[in-house]
Amino acid sequence: MPVWLTEEEYRVLEAACECLIPRSDRGPGATAAGVADYVDGLLGAFSFDPPRIWAGGPTSGRMGGEAGFARFHQLSAIDELAWRTRIEGSQSLPEREFNGPVVGLQERYRQGLDALGADFCDLDVRGREARLRADTEFADLLYGHACEGMYGAPEYGGNRDLLGWRAIGFEGDVQPRGWTDEEVTRP
Amino acid sequence: MTLDAVIVGSGPGGATVADVLTAAGWTVAIVEKGRNHLLDPDDLTRPASDFSNDEVKFRSRYFLGPDPLIEPRTFRASEDDGERTFVGEVNSVPSTVGGGGTHADGKVPRFRPDDFRLVSRFGPQDGADVADWPLDYDELEPYYAEVERSVGVAGTDGANPFAGPRSGPFPMPSGAPMFGATVSVAAAERLGYHPYPAPTAANSVPYDGRPACNNCGFCAFFGCPIHAKGDPVAMLRRAMATGRVELLPETFASGIRTVQNRATGVDVVGPDGAARFLAARHVVVAAGAIETPRLLLLSGFDHPLIGRYLMTHFQTIVAGGMPFRTYAERGRAVTHVHDDMIVGDDASRQAAAEGGLPWMRGGLVEHSGAALPILEATHYPWGSAHPGLMADSPIRARLWAFIMQGEDLPYPTNRVDLDPTIRDARGFPAARVTYRAGRHEHVASDHYGPRLAAILKEMGAEWTAVTSSPGRGNAASPEAVPESRHNVGTVRMGADPASSVVDPQGRMHDVENVVVADSSVFVTSAGYGPTLTLVALAARAAHVLAGTRPA
Repeated sequence: MPVWLTEEEYRVLEAACECLIPRSDRGPGATAAGVADYVDGLLGAFSFDPPRIWAGGPTSGRMGGEAGFARFHQLSAIDELAWRTRIEGSQSLPEREFNGPVVGLQERYRQGLDALGADFCDLDVRGREARLRADTEFADLLYGHACEGMYGAPEYGGNRDLLGWRAIGFEGDVQPRGWTDEEVTRP
Repeated sequence: MTLDAVIVGSGPGGATVADVLTAAGWTVAIVEKGRNHLLDPDDLTRPASDFSNDEVKFRSRYFLGPDPLIEPRTFRASEDDGERTFVGEVNSVPSTVGGGGTHADGKVPRFRPDDFRLVSRFGPQDGADVADWPLDYDELEPYYAEVERSVGVAGTDGANPFAGPRSGPFPMPSGAPMFGATVSVAAAERLGYHPYPAPTAANSVPYDGRPACNNCGFCAFFGCPIHAKGDPVAMLRRAMATGRVELLPETFASGIRTVQNRATGVDVVGPDGAARFLAARHVVVAAGAIETPRLLLLSGFDHPLIGRYLMTHFQTIVAGGMPFRTYAERGRAVTHVHDDMIVGDDASRQAAAEGGLPWMRGGLVEHSGAALPILEATHYPWGSAHPGLMADSPIRARLWAFIMQGEDLPYPTNRVDLDPTIRDARGFPAARVTYRAGRHEHVASDHYGPRLAAILKEMGAEWTAVTSSPGRGNAASPEAVPESRHNVGTVRMGADPASSVVDPQGRMHDVENVVVADSSVFVTSAGYGPTLTLVALAARAAHVLAGTRPA
């Protein structure tokens, strides 16, 4: 069940992410890694309390220590203003429009996914790529978020089962273990 | 209640001033527009636990600020480009308790004696107002020594043949060399250069109640999860422990009030949006070389040089693809540097002459890699090639690079002023940066770029590429916006009120109880990161205020 997107939008988003970061013999694709969940989680960040903007610290628990990443930070009033404006857009609210209207990520995604078409999932890879290349601004936005969802900390919803990191041999967050001097100088 | 001082900015400069003044018995308030993620809110003498190895949080989501949606800056390369060509992130240094100290990877070299006397040593340059500093290395050395102990600097005595004289050893030995640096150091030495372990504000051994760095690799652009980095946490904790500091995060200084050329205090806007006035005998401005002139201009100060001479280093970035893993994700981001391209040689003097320059200087060269996977991924195209590129990882796993922090000259046309239209979320005019590199920077970059590439080839590089920041193309393109955070020079220090804004002790000529204690006061940019020098200057200014001497 998507957090913010409709089921249909989520399906198109997932297919588009898989087109950007496809499964291959070199690694899993965006679908397996839950990249669409990362994007949907960002768009619906304010569905949670605290909002899922900043994971906590100082450790995730994966290398020891507590699972601090799972405790998201509370936002201050001005942080919330920034992130609501970024995600929801300015919505004609004067406090969000001090430098003019801002189109939010939710609207950009809703329009971008709509432009990819309801039949996007029925297309072959070449067809999907052509649709994405027809809207490079949206493809660039989506690719940036897809990379974050694939290779960012899993607490944000993507990188499921650390598939993104494992595929590239990246150890991820290494605190509190870190690396020994020997591992640094003579790996 | 009238405070002894209001300090605007909690970064390395402001934290140092707070440390020195509270040790002398002063009662101060620190005004910081960003949030507090550095100190435990339940006990401000202890570090917080908010920092983490999280690329999304620190690189994509502005955890350390400033968020350009609420604190935008604007940019143009020159006045000919109109009011601005860009709105967003411009030379952003963190807006948070601890300021720029939190995100830096902690390279803290001292300047060298020549850096304080460019005109008397080398002469003038057309188009730039190059000047000697109103103090020399010997005068600053006791303060360098004090703040190296205060921050906690690891280094190797005698390793840099070009260094100025030291009154004592580094407080700690250097930390573990990164593997890639061991290869680049050997290659550089074979070609006649003199690399050395970077003086680094990251503990190599437990120091001052903080642990030794455990080489996690999330150093540049990240806060340190274990507080092994010598960010201002050390100075702030000491100041807090005196009980004489009120720390005011999420509080914006909107103006300095004056009566008959004396400051009476600072107007601030708190986290709830409410305005209040902090009365004080002294005002210390340490908000960084963009926000400091912004505050002075918002306050109505009218010295014509406020904001002029912005410098930020012309960065020459030379990357090479290696046939081996460089392990850049392990260690302190940069463990080795070399000074040869500041010092120069016969070839660089010839290149300067051929470029129409009387002299030129490059900058400190940092030996480093690129360790972050999201950053790497966004450099590759999407589609079928993506998984293979990420698995083979020519950038993250196999790249080694040099970044030359090229000295840029003080051009009066490069400046900070108030944007006529763009505002921050609190309604105050944003800072506008006008910056364009000059012939000196381009000639130096063109000369040294290929020489740095030659070191990479000596390492075994299969390919090399040279870029710069700011870029060399269209002045209206985003590449024209400099990415460097080494902002300096916008509130120049000097003895003559006609050619400088503050006196040699950092006091404003026009309003003597306003002291500027950050990199704004730099006369020239040198080719080194500014942190240790600005901290030493801040300590000196604070000791002058308090009538004390460096420890």
